[in-house]
Amino acid sequence: MVVPRRGFLTLGLLALFGTVAPASMDRARAEPASIVVASTTSTEQSGLFKHILPAFEAKTGIAVKVVALGTGQALDAARRGDADVALVHDRPAEDAFVAQGFAKARFDVMYNDFVLVGPKTDPAGARGTDITAALKRIAAAKAPFVSRGDRSGTHSAELRSWKEAGIDLPAVKGEWYRDVGQGMGPALNTASALDAYILADRGTWLAFKNRGDLAILVEGDKRLFNPYGVMLVNPDKHPTVKAKEGQAFIDWLVSPEGQASIAAYRIGGEQLFFPSANVSPVTKAKP
Amino acid sequence: MTETIHETFARLMTLDRDVLAIAWLSLRVSLTAVAIGLLLGIPLGAFLAVTRFRGRSALVGLLNAFMGLPPVIVGLVLYLVLSRSGPLGSLGLLFTPGAMVAAQAMLATPLVAALTRQVVADAEDHLGEQLRSLGLSAPRRAGVLVYDTRFSLVTTALAAFGRAISEIGAVLVVGGNIDGHTRTMTTAISLETQKGDLSLALALGIVLIALVVTVNAVAALLRGHAVRAYG
Repeated sequence: MVVPRRGFLTLGLLALFGTVAPASMDRARAEPASIVVASTTSTEQSGLFKHILPAFEAKTGIAVKVVALGTGQALDAARRGDADVALVHDRPAEDAFVAQGFAKARFDVMYNDFVLVGPKTDPAGARGTDITAALKRIAAAKAPFVSRGDRSGTHSAELRSWKEAGIDLPAVKGEWYRDVGQGMGPALNTASALDAYILADRGTWLAFKNRGDLAILVEGDKRLFNPYGVMLVNPDKHPTVKAKEGQAFIDWLVSPEGQASIAAYRIGGEQLFFPSANVSPVTKAKP
Repeated sequence: MTETIHETFARLMTLDRDVLAIAWLSLRVSLTAVAIGLLLGIPLGAFLAVTRFRGRSALVGLLNAFMGLPPVIVGLVLYLVLSRSGPLGSLGLLFTPGAMVAAQAMLATPLVAALTRQVVADAEDHLGEQLRSLGLSAPRRAGVLVYDTRFSLVTTALAAFGRAISEIGAVLVVGGNIDGHTRTMTTAISLETQKGDLSLALALGIVLIALVVTVNAVAALLRGHAVRAYG
């Protein structure tokens, strides 16, 4: 029998703990100024942040950490004080956020639009420029339809569209209506696999690679307008909010420089987001 | 399918420094979590193996069950605890690598403790009486048995590492998958899958598997060397 002595296991453990732990802690400490932005899967997955953030970070030295969630979840995280800035797209929910005092102001940033995507063969005959007519035909044909089902801005817009089409979704939904409860990308993957219809934001659709037989069937309806707003979380509610840095980010986003950077982001020659700071968004809606 | 596989290998050739940084972060977070898991789990498991007290078997059963703790639940609970509105919010750990280490350590510790308990209990069947006859206290006996089974415990450490580095549910919730900050191999793979870039997701998956195989190979080499030197 052996008496315990400093074997390789102990040494190995100490070495691991000594070298690895500080290394992973360092990283958080080494960054001088940083803010957490709660945003939506559409802005992250479309690649917009990767395009615009380097310019802001180079100019101000403030690192922007983007947590991509559905709009509902992003606003919840901001409400809890876990983010400094929220950049989301669900106007009624944003107005409620401001009304509840979680932010002092909301700024228009940009817009894009939603598109109805579906199989190229279009079995329900939804193709056109009228979203409500398209949804009525899909419901009548009971054609497969994938819903985000995750309280995101896109999900809200989808539910609004069903309402505007005069369709009582809880009453008519059945096997054909697939509520996946996931982000835009996974929902598109599901729609692509099922050859289903789906309402998507144009940015994520343009950046999406696994399209299968799907194509845009309805676009250009002004009801599919999709405005993004940005808000600084109210530091009176959460003293840990980095108000100065967060406001600097918002100021940059709505500045001519930030707006130009947003407008310059293209995939395959197509512009994904249209700057809308300081203009009345509805009048500037994509036709 | 074959097209995706062809693309995957083309992508593997062009993986950039970003991927290396992500792999390095994954490795650091998981190794740190496993180190914490070993520091807490081995004493706990060994203690449970050599002592008898009321409620011990219930505790062992609980520990065994916690080997199957769902990562997403661990992530959710930790999120609520670390949130600025939660009890430990003032630490500012949410959405940092530190939070991911904590989450994975919570997954690794019960696994290490449960497996250590089994290994040490088996050794105790052989040597326990002898040790007790020497008049050694419970902590001393635990120490001797852990030392005696140290090579078997390497496998325990590898199991814990496997659980830590492959999980996504917890790191996604408490880390936030922030580009360049808390993006790990698993959350990156999930993100690329969500973007529909399946070949890149698959290429990252191959990198992750290579990483796990490498860590296991290194551990096997070290263990072999140590057995020859000290065994």
